[in-house]
Amino acid sequence: MSSPVEPPAEPAIQKKIIFKVFGLGGAGCNAAGFASMAGFPGVEFLAVNTDSQSLDACAVPGKFVLGASRTRGLGAGGDPELGRAAAEEDVEKIRSFCAGADIIFLLAGLGGGTGTGAAPVFARVARESGALVLALVTLPFDFEGDRRQLQAQTGLQHLKVQADAVICLPNRKLFKLLDENTSVLEGFKISNSLLAEGLRGIWRMLTQTGLINVDFADLCAVTRGRHAASFFATAEASGEKRVEQVIEKLLAHPLLDGGQVLNESDSLLVSIVGGPDLMMSEIHKLMEPLHRHCENAHIIFGAAIDQAFAGRLSVTLIASRRRQEEDPPSLLAAPPDKIESMQFLDTEDKERPASRFVAPPTALSDEKRAHIMRVQGGRSRKKLSRLQKELPLEIVFKGRFEKSEPTIRHGEDLDVPTYIRRGVPLN
Amino acid sequence: MFDSSSIIVGLEMGTSKICVVAGEVNAANVLNIIGLGQSRSRGVRKGEIADASLASEDVRNAIVEAEQMANVEIRSVYLGVTGNHLRGFNNHGVHPVVSADREITAEDVQDVIKNAKAINLPVDNTVVHAIRQLFQVDGQHGIQNPVGMYGARVEVDVHVVHGHVNRLKNSIAVVRGLQLEVDEIVFTGLASALALLSNEQKELGSLVIDLGAGATGYVVYSEGIIKHTGVLAVGGDHISNDLAYGLKVPLGRAEQLKIERGGASVDDSVKGQTISSNGELGLPAKIINLEHLRRIMSLRLEETFELIEAELSGLGLTDRLRAGVLICGGGARIPGIHGLAQNIFQMPAFLGKANSISGLKSALDQPEFATAIGLVKFGSLQQKRKPSAGLAGGLKKTLAELFRK
Repeated sequence: MSSPVEPPAEPAIQKKIIFKVFGLGGAGCNAAGFASMAGFPGVEFLAVNTDSQSLDACAVPGKFVLGASRTRGLGAGGDPELGRAAAEEDVEKIRSFCAGADIIFLLAGLGGGTGTGAAPVFARVARESGALVLALVTLPFDFEGDRRQLQAQTGLQHLKVQADAVICLPNRKLFKLLDENTSVLEGFKISNSLLAEGLRGIWRMLTQTGLINVDFADLCAVTRGRHAASFFATAEASGEKRVEQVIEKLLAHPLLDGGQVLNESDSLLVSIVGGPDLMMSEIHKLMEPLHRHCENAHIIFGAAIDQAFAGRLSVTLIASRRRQEEDPPSLLAAPPDKIESMQFLDTEDKERPASRFVAPPTALSDEKRAHIMRVQGGRSRKKLSRLQKELPLEIVFKGRFEKSEPTIRHGEDLDVPTYIRRGVPLN
Repeated sequence: MFDSSSIIVGLEMGTSKICVVAGEVNAANVLNIIGLGQSRSRGVRKGEIADASLASEDVRNAIVEAEQMANVEIRSVYLGVTGNHLRGFNNHGVHPVVSADREITAEDVQDVIKNAKAINLPVDNTVVHAIRQLFQVDGQHGIQNPVGMYGARVEVDVHVVHGHVNRLKNSIAVVRGLQLEVDEIVFTGLASALALLSNEQKELGSLVIDLGAGATGYVVYSEGIIKHTGVLAVGGDHISNDLAYGLKVPLGRAEQLKIERGGASVDDSVKGQTISSNGELGLPAKIINLEHLRRIMSLRLEETFELIEAELSGLGLTDRLRAGVLICGGGARIPGIHGLAQNIFQMPAFLGKANSISGLKSALDQPEFATAIGLVKFGSLQQKRKPSAGLAGGLKKTLAELFRK
């Protein structure tokens, strides 16, 4: 018989969530080093690289040389296959690292060898060991070349299959943040710091119990979807006009393409952290323009109060949009042999079935697969037709001048409202 | 009986209204406005006829109103024309003086003007106006009247306004269809400038902008002569249309909002303000953001002015406008339009008023009627010239000259 004392004991059992952050590859280690210095109380950091030399230079306390027997600690040489093979070799070790964690963050720079190859393996192993996996990855700069872009894109797709949530930071968008005189070193540093900043924003969102709480399920709801592209942005401001400043910063944020991403996003997670002086009207003022910017999006909203944020306001946005150009069912539902032919990774190690990056298709029965095909196929059709409806409205609206001769000056059709031609937002 | 020839009537077929002004030249040779008629225009788009039968009906109503007010019968009108097809440019003519003593005669002047008018126009275009500018005699600039001077070579600049012949005919046909004669067609921007500008302002240099509903006409006077004219087929209708689209309200409501709450600038007083539009019968009420309304309007007006400014500064005319900018037409009523014009043109801007004419005060004070009044003024100037400069007069003179030899 249960005593009346027992129920209160139950919350006490609720253990603290254990976070682990893995930095994979050169970029991932740097970002992890950056983040670990910034101080995340109670978060365990681990830097993982195939290159022992660069690992030594890393500031993270926990280090691990991946695939030491295969690469002899000399790096993966930009070859994702080698990175993946190295990770597969140490799969047991990885499992031991993952043990006990509730949420695992993976930080990696996609496009190279270790990050691209090992990240999906880590994600898979981490998930197998019962943790939720969130990957924060960078995509290469344009100047890094097409090959790395391609590797990064392929790696990203694999990672999306394995991780619970993937948020990416396309480095090429950083160019808008950098000025002429920024050195290469600084450029990568900014990229790393943004990654760390994103990590911090999400960590804060998940750990701090808010007035209006956001949990990992909400995060997954936004980022989930195998072909969703997710973007994050954080902004902070203090003082009298902090709400206006934060909105201005967010809308001008290069990672959001100046608000363009918001317009296209299907789901949006907004997390606000403020001091005890955060006012209801401020939340309202903040949310109103965001709602207007993404009318069609599903918006999840959270707010938390932190004593340290007195007089300040920090907002983290995670926006995600489903891409149309990719055929949703292709990765999951295509027969395995067909997938193999598409992979650039699976050329050699046929005897290593565990190394396949693809989600195991065996988990799906034929019936289930057909169902997924039908549902997702249906969704993509709906998307397309909606897109078509919007186009003529935006481009050729002329109202009462529809039938009259257009007034063209310097190649501009003056019958179209000026504010539309100049792209002035009404907010 | 009343001498009907002294009655001069201006007819402006605007995009929002059709306006008829009747004037007479009294014994003291002063133009006096005696009648005014107007009706809502339905058959005109961007200053050009879009529906001839509707336009004809509206013109008839306006004419009848003016006839009743002035108590005269209108037989002929000076017709204002505008539209995107009208273009103005300057042309140059040269004529050698052939007489033995090198004295320049009136015939030489006519010949040089004729040369200047001989221009290559696109096939379907015709000259609406050829306005004489200043003469040059043997390279000496700035001569207003070279008759009686000595020289070997006379040159002249003319400002030519030309337009598409069939579109001009459309307007004329509407008037003719009402059994009225068209004395002459006049570019409306030019008519507005005539109504608004005093001789001093023409001398100092002024820009007149006629912000109509369908089209915006502009005329530059400097050193007493017309330097440049132009039409931009953008006007008040565009503002209403922008508002209807941007605020998502019906066009009629947008028009009303423009008149009641419009303004050319986005100032702090409207920031974050909203007004609730009590919808017409059957339509739900709607909250309208005043800041959006102003922003849409101000962007459109700003752009219109900027286009004109760019054109004028391209021609090097902006620093010749010492008397500033005068704005007339319905758009002149937009609050703050002068400030906006002042900012963009970097010179003082005023509301244009027809002040050099006497008559109905109610008509003269309205910026909307400037064009129609200007048409009457144009007519009065033409009639003064007629006895001497008309075709018959000229011919008579030439024959007399021949016989004298």
